[in-house]
Amino acid sequence: MSDQPILEAKDVTKTFGGILALNRVSFHVNEGEILGIIGPNGSGKTTLINCITAFIKMTSGKVFFRGKDISRKPAHKIADMGLTRTFQIMRPYYSLPAYKNLVIPLFSPRAKRTGGWRGGGKLGDRNTVGIDILEEIGFERDSFVPYKMASTLPTGYLKRLELARCLALKPEIILCDEVFSGLSMSEIASMVPLIERLQMDGIALVMIEHRLRELFRVARRIMVLNFGEKLIEGTPEEVMADEKVKEAYFGSEEVEEVMTYA
Amino acid sequence: MEQRRKERIDRGIKVRADGLYALMSWRELGYLILPRMVLIVGMLILPFVMPSMYWQRVISIVCIYALLAVSFDFLAHFVGLVSLGGALFIGVGGYLSAIMNTSFGFPPLLAIPIATIAGAAICTLLLFPCLRLRGVYFAIVSLMYPLAMTRVIEALDILGGTDGIMGVDSFPNRWIEQYFVILMVLLFLFGARRLVNMDLGLVLRAVKDNDQAVRASGMSITFYKAVAVFISSAMGCLGGACLVHIYMWSGMSLFALDFSILPIAATVIGGAGTIVGPVLGCLILVPVSELLREFGTLRIVFYSVILVAFIVFRSEGIMVYGQRKYHQIERWVKV
Repeated sequence: MSDQPILEAKDVTKTFGGILALNRVSFHVNEGEILGIIGPNGSGKTTLINCITAFIKMTSGKVFFRGKDISRKPAHKIADMGLTRTFQIMRPYYSLPAYKNLVIPLFSPRAKRTGGWRGGGKLGDRNTVGIDILEEIGFERDSFVPYKMASTLPTGYLKRLELARCLALKPEIILCDEVFSGLSMSEIASMVPLIERLQMDGIALVMIEHRLRELFRVARRIMVLNFGEKLIEGTPEEVMADEKVKEAYFGSEEVEEVMTYA
Repeated sequence: MEQRRKERIDRGIKVRADGLYALMSWRELGYLILPRMVLIVGMLILPFVMPSMYWQRVISIVCIYALLAVSFDFLAHFVGLVSLGGALFIGVGGYLSAIMNTSFGFPPLLAIPIATIAGAAICTLLLFPCLRLRGVYFAIVSLMYPLAMTRVIEALDILGGTDGIMGVDSFPNRWIEQYFVILMVLLFLFGARRLVNMDLGLVLRAVKDNDQAVRASGMSITFYKAVAVFISSAMGCLGGACLVHIYMWSGMSLFALDFSILPIAATVIGGAGTIVGPVLGCLILVPVSELLREFGTLRIVFYSVILVAFIVFRSEGIMVYGQRKYHQIERWVKV
């Protein structure tokens, strides 16, 4: 059990017309591990997550979740198994208050089955469970924030709401698509302990990030993508020392950040 | 120069907030109950106010259109599926109930519920293939079915062909007929209003708001759309089943496009997304179209003018406008 990776992708390939967006990318995530995926813009990071979670169909390749082949399963079945994701461009239900946003995932078959949430059932309280989860993820319980319309929430809270939606499903692994992007330094600083706590709870994470400094604080293994191909995989130090990585990042905004690590 | 400005103050905010506050005082309770009571009592005394046979028939037709309009509003504004299939629902429900009654001898009050459930199942199955798609496809397919159905019935000469099915039993008496349809409208109206605020309703609204996030939450959007179409087509089929027993005849005109279009017009006039608005819209539109009969062929012109006027001057709809007036105090203040 322990040596079997929780998520394993083999030769994932995706073409959009003639463009090769992903070229035979393989990787694995171990139980309770945080894997970072970095790469310049357009290198196929988000496409990789979309393929794994079946939000777009991959052209070829296989994905195994706990040894089970999930490459032909529909997106909701994959989420139902405990492989959840966040969206880079946040997708809350804008017309609902923040806590009502969580009623929807709590209504899902998986949430009903895992049922770790207190109360619930006929007494109706998906609402209270939703607020509990929001508090866990950093919404101030006694403030107005959990009751505000999602359309009025600032980016920081929306990113947290994305994570909260995953947590409502009691996930085994979360694929995070740039949870730090668009946040201020202080917001990121408060987000990092949250990520660490998720890991302590035994949830594996795959994190796509451009904020390398924060990513390297939490992730011990990094995979680099460039033009849809996997360049290298290793510890942050190994990755940043690599010539190919420097070349890929050269000219991009993050180059200084990369260089300071090299 | 003295300037004046209109000030809007929310009134009774506690009442509208949530749950228990409403019970704090009789005044607030009354504030909540009054508009609902006006509607319920108003609907219930309608048959007494309009005792002539002709107008009683109009009331029944209003109720059937109201069922369709609630079904349209629910599907369009809470699930995001714009349905032009009112005629399909009416037709399927109507023919089923007529067959149950004439071929199997079920009395109307038994045939109607069966036709409602079975008809909803059939409509859901027919529309299922396009539920996977986003966009206008649902509207197109739901518009196509009633058109196709009339041609199929005509060409194959099934289900009574162009003559339709005759000799369908009527309701035991006209009071039962009236109150049956009126109670059904009230039941589905308040049922739908409650449904959209329940957890299941929230999921349906989420499908409209953001279907990808629903998929990411481990739920099949196709399944929940099918559930919504079932609920909505059940209302339509119920209307069709009642209609057949009111006219004592089931024919191809059940698939007429009036049943698809008028509910949409009523929704526009009454206020989209309020569920009760479309019922008000039907209460206005159907009698108006009856009154305009005197104008003969000019009727449709007047009808269009009323519609256009509403769209131009009150596009939000009566109900949204009324709610705002009811919940807010407006007054002029000096700046």
